[in-house]
Amino acid sequence: MALLDFFKQRKSNSAALAKERLQILVAHDRRGGGPSYLPQLQRDLLAVIRKYVAVDSDAVSVNVERDGAQEILELNIILPE
Amino acid sequence: MARVIVVTSGKGGVGKTTTSAAFAMGLAERGFRTVVIDFDVGLRNLDLIMGCERRVVYDFVNVIQGDANVGQALIKDKRNPNLFVLPASQTRDKDALTVEGVGKVLEELGREFEFIVCDSPAGIERGATMAMYYADDAIVVTNPEVSSVRDSDRMIGILSSKSRRAEQNMEGIREFLLVTRYSPERVKRGEMLALEDVQEILSLDLIGVIPESTAVLNASNAGVPVILDRESSAGQAYSDMVARYLGEDLPHRFLSTEKKGLFGRLFRG
Repeated sequence: MALLDFFKQRKSNSAALAKERLQILVAHDRRGGGPSYLPQLQRDLLAVIRKYVAVDSDAVSVNVERDGAQEILELNIILPE
Repeated sequence: MARVIVVTSGKGGVGKTTTSAAFAMGLAERGFRTVVIDFDVGLRNLDLIMGCERRVVYDFVNVIQGDANVGQALIKDKRNPNLFVLPASQTRDKDALTVEGVGKVLEELGREFEFIVCDSPAGIERGATMAMYYADDAIVVTNPEVSSVRDSDRMIGILSSKSRRAEQNMEGIREFLLVTRYSPERVKRGEMLALEDVQEILSLDLIGVIPESTAVLNASNAGVPVILDRESSAGQAYSDMVARYLGEDLPHRFLSTEKKGLFGRLFRG
């Protein structure tokens, strides 16, 4: 019942949804998308991991962050439980 | 030297021209010699909002290309002697705006005026980048709505990279957030982004909040800057915004839904 209430509340509060979507989007826009090889790298990594573990297509995320002159390649792989 | 202020947003229809007209009139009312320039070459509208559309003879592009001098193109406001309008060209191409050409006109205006308000077109093409290039200050007009907030964030990025101040390693443009078409009722119902949310995402200094108001359409219908509608909430909110721009510390108004009941109306004040 509590779960139902949770969804009901979410539905009526579209402003909260807008804020959440914007925060993600704006953070992404500000990063400037990263190098152009990122999507391909992400697909290749996913293919390799799938040789060993069955994972969803959104299990791998690849990001590049810049910190001054340094670039950090961040890989996040979520394995199924 | 005059202070150059760009009114920008990225997204169209959020109230740039309404704001430019109200802000320029507000500065003029405070006694500052002010000119407001329409940078929307090909789609001019500032003249309509200012109510001087029938007095346009020469325009901004004519001046840049040397077909007329600044004095011939400026339209003197009939309500306030401190205020002048420089209309955009309706027929030319936006490529007529060049860094050198715009710079020359602004320099000449700078000798005559204390404030130069640049009404930017929507988008991020030449008209918009030229409007912001020479700016000292920027007013980023944003509706509490996803596409407007996102576009404003983009514009903030462009302001800090593609301006004279950025290119010449000067102190950056001062940026201010102006939230327009704000509806406290809808915020309360969870249907609209709250002021704090917009501020949190864009992290800019808030210079004003203009409530959604029927006065805005009435004002543009009549060609009167809405700041002159002193009874209206929008007009008062614009007056406050001008005062804050000039350094006054005023609390923001029209942010809550408090409806005055019968009692409140009887004992108003």
